[in-house]
Amino acid sequence: MKGFLLSFQSEFYKTRKTLSFWCAIILPLFIGLLAFAIFYTKSEKFIMLQPLMLWVQFAMVSLGIMGTLLLPMYTIFIAYSVNSVEHKADTWKTLFSLPLSRWSVYGAKFCYAVSLIFLCLALFALFTIGFGNLLSILKPELKFNNYHMEQQILQIYFKLFLSSLGILAIQFLLSLLWADFLKPMGIGFVATITGVIAASKNWEYSYAFPYAHPMAALSSMIKHNNDQTRNLQIDIFTKDVFVSLGVAIVVFIAGYFIVLKKSIK
Amino acid sequence: MVIRTEGLSFSFDKQQVVKSLSLQVPAGSIYGFLGPNGAGKTTTIKMLLNLLKTDQGSIHIFGLELQSNRINILSQVGSLIEQPAIYHHLTGKENLLNRAMLLQVNENRVDEMLKLVQLTNAAHKKAGQYSLGMKQRLGIALALLSDPKLLILDEPTNGLDPNGIIEIRELIIRLVQEQGKTVFISSHLLSEIEKMATHVGIINEGELLFQGSVKDLESISHPQVQIEADNTVDAANLLKRHDFIVNNINHERLYIPFTSKQQIGEINSLLVQNGITVFGINKQHKDLEKLFLDITKSN
Repeated sequence: MKGFLLSFQSEFYKTRKTLSFWCAIILPLFIGLLAFAIFYTKSEKFIMLQPLMLWVQFAMVSLGIMGTLLLPMYTIFIAYSVNSVEHKADTWKTLFSLPLSRWSVYGAKFCYAVSLIFLCLALFALFTIGFGNLLSILKPELKFNNYHMEQQILQIYFKLFLSSLGILAIQFLLSLLWADFLKPMGIGFVATITGVIAASKNWEYSYAFPYAHPMAALSSMIKHNNDQTRNLQIDIFTKDVFVSLGVAIVVFIAGYFIVLKKSIK
Repeated sequence: MVIRTEGLSFSFDKQQVVKSLSLQVPAGSIYGFLGPNGAGKTTTIKMLLNLLKTDQGSIHIFGLELQSNRINILSQVGSLIEQPAIYHHLTGKENLLNRAMLLQVNENRVDEMLKLVQLTNAAHKKAGQYSLGMKQRLGIALALLSDPKLLILDEPTNGLDPNGIIEIRELIIRLVQEQGKTVFISSHLLSEIEKMATHVGIINEGELLFQGSVKDLESISHPQVQIEADNTVDAANLLKRHDFIVNNINHERLYIPFTSKQQIGEINSLLVQNGITVFGINKQHKDLEKLFLDITKSN
């Protein structure tokens, strides 16, 4: 356990000045600011909206691109960048000749990638909520304060987080095995496009394909209740989320044995 | 024995690169692991660090079986394999701090190491901007950080300038003499190894051709004294009259079997006193290939 914590700490230390770490902060900030700017400068367009729809429209600025492109590509990028730190410096052999168990080196790296995605999505949620509330102060004519969906926004992003783990595990393994950028990136890109098409055409088995999960997560998120209350209920644990978690666990464990078997060149 | 292997073998695909290697590295020695490029040196070192799984044979380090005592053994081993593995986007000091964190070594040790390898002034420079020699020195500092009992260095003087080579050599000798460490160092240069090693193992095409002390090696390698003089024929005749054996002679140089440093001095003054101008006189080694031939013949 100690080795795991030390390795995790070291992962942060190594990447704290790199783009992959700052991306997790800058990306949500940038898109949050963009949404804020749109609603601030074009407030007259949104003034007629009901508070619920207003929040939905506001949140959809980032959620809309999240499912189709941003989350899969960001996940692919993170999986690549935490591994490329070692590929570039040729440090795999050193990492595995340190007095640390191989599980802790491998596990800490994977968990660090998971936590970067968690950080990024948590910030997306917080910035959406924060900028929405800021708008309610700066533009009271927009009725942001007449409805509260903080909980739903947090739930949606948590669901997205879970839906990205399948992709992460697959891409993590690909990036670990291949030093170059193009192979994992190319495979990931093609798979993402396939996933988006599958999910957007409502292919019945798209829940089984990890790269379709972020998109599927969004389309399956609204709980269809019989009572048509005004409250939006989020269904986190849908079929696609379970598949994503299952894929993540299986690939993560299989990856360890592949790494173990693969001699360090 | 600090390192003891028995029947160590390894194959890449179907090609066997290490063949039944039995190494014996005594405590407190500088063990020179000598062989041409592609002889299997790095593969052997990777097996010693448990980076490669052995096909056959056993490895004992500090008397413990490697596979089942991996962490315990690795905590007392410092290593440098091929080109040093350093993070280019971090400074030299950050590279050491990162390793110190992983090894739970006191941060003071980082400054000590920087001083030891003379990188204190470049400590805050990005390691990617270091020269090859500086990178190599940083690699050695990383290997020494945990104050290991055993140092495994794979061609540590590669890419260093002559000054750098001397510094590293003196550092290694100091570590062994003053701190009682054991150093396992690989090289493809016999002359390099001879200057510091106490023990030598010679590997070619995956096979150990020779293992023993440096003295044992000299008895096989037959170093010669090379003399460059204005008149090699007169010089040869003069030396012969004084009971020296002349091995070989041409227009520019002549060769005499080496026995001691004193002998070189004697030859020099003898020639000079008899009016022969000496342009150069030095001890010469056979190149590795010739040495291999001799060893295989003598076996």
